Amino acid sequence: MGPKTALRPWAVAFWLLVWQGASMALAALYPHGHLLLASPLSALVRLGQLAVTEVFWRSVARSALHIFGGFLLSCAAAMALAALAARFRAVRELLAPLVAAVKAVPVVSFIILALVWLDAESLPLFISALMVFPPVYLNVLAGIDSTDPKLLEMARVFRVPFRRTLKGIWLPQMLPYFRAAVSLALGLCWKAGVAAEVIGLPAGTVGERLYTAKVYFQTPDLFAWTAVILAVSALLERLFLAGMDRLAGKVGV
Amino acid sequence: MEIIVRDLCKSYGGRPVLDHVTFTAGPGITWLRDPSGAGKTTLLRILLGLETADSGTVSGLEGKRLAAVFQEDRLLEHLDARRNLRFVLGPAYEEGAALSLLAELGLAGEEGKPVRVFSGGMKRRLALARALLAPSDALVLDEPFAGLDEENRRRCLEAIRRRSAGKPVLLVTHDGGEDPLPGDRNVTFKNCT
Repeated sequence: MGPKTALRPWAVAFWLLVWQGASMALAALYPHGHLLLASPLSALVRLGQLAVTEVFWRSVARSALHIFGGFLLSCAAAMALAALAARFRAVRELLAPLVAAVKAVPVVSFIILALVWLDAESLPLFISALMVFPPVYLNVLAGIDSTDPKLLEMARVFRVPFRRTLKGIWLPQMLPYFRAAVSLALGLCWKAGVAAEVIGLPAGTVGERLYTAKVYFQTPDLFAWTAVILAVSALLERLFLAGMDRLAGKVGV
Repeated sequence: MEIIVRDLCKSYGGRPVLDHVTFTAGPGITWLRDPSGAGKTTLLRILLGLETADSGTVSGLEGKRLAAVFQEDRLLEHLDARRNLRFVLGPAYEEGAALSLLAELGLAGEEGKPVRVFSGGMKRRLALARALLAPSDALVLDEPFAGLDEENRRRCLEAIRRRSAGKPVLLVTHDGGEDPLPGDRNVTFKNCT
């Protein structure tokens, strides 16, 4: 793996200037050019206007609740099934085609299919859970598989209780795998969850606001809501990973 | 307490590893000496309940607790020495007893350091400390002096003798460098007695 490229302020500023320039150029070239590409400044102004409204916070909270709820449910299911799959080969073999299918099929196919079965309210939760499951399940399973059997033998000989074995051997082994999966899955579930909202249009959600912005050509709103999605996704990822790092510190990783 | 091993046989893929091994181990050190690859580790794994013999019996261990030094150190590398001992001992861990034994083994002042920075010899001595501190009725020690210099071998052997009084201790070694004391037994697999 190559070195991670950090986001440099000068590079971000450069692309914001390119965006501003493109927006101004379109506005100068066409009568309603400003509608084609809102400037970063107008998106920021719109974000400020939205942020002081109750509707804004309700929409963010509603979407976050559905999408993050799906993430948490899926994490719990993925960890439980990974533990079972590590113990029972049949469970591993049974789940393999399902996980491969979820990974391979485009998310939009699942969204449309799920819309046939579920109401619009449940759709983002289901879709975010579906997207989170494969990476978390596969990573946790890899973590369990890589646990040193000799350490487990040692714990068995010394009659170390399960809880202490979990904390001393299993968790330190699994946490780095789980952390990597969570980092990936949180981004995935927000993208997929908001896509589900845009298609299913559950009332009072970020996805519905995005759709409305598109219908009425409110491009500043479109960028403002997109910025909100990025910010909430990053915030939840940071909070969740910070919690995990605290747990890792407790088990001495 | 006596551990009685009778006619123990074990083979892997048709190759015999243990061939009618018979001996009795009472309180004190029973030295199991033989060249590498003679099946000593397999024997200890059977005694620890980690493998089953093809035939033969082991008696005297029913309901008994064993503590072990394994062929490898099997320490939790991400934890310090103290937390490695706590992992095994749980609520039975006593700081004073642990520090005293670590000092006996030449590890004074090392209890707070992560095991991953320990040398091979330090890890070996910590693995021995873990076995000696764990509540047990008998000790099974697989090459506990591996990688130790003369001084540390002497320290470890003294600690084993002092801390395991009255318990059977099965001690595997392939170099046979230690002098047995009265009361010790010697077992070689070709003429197990």
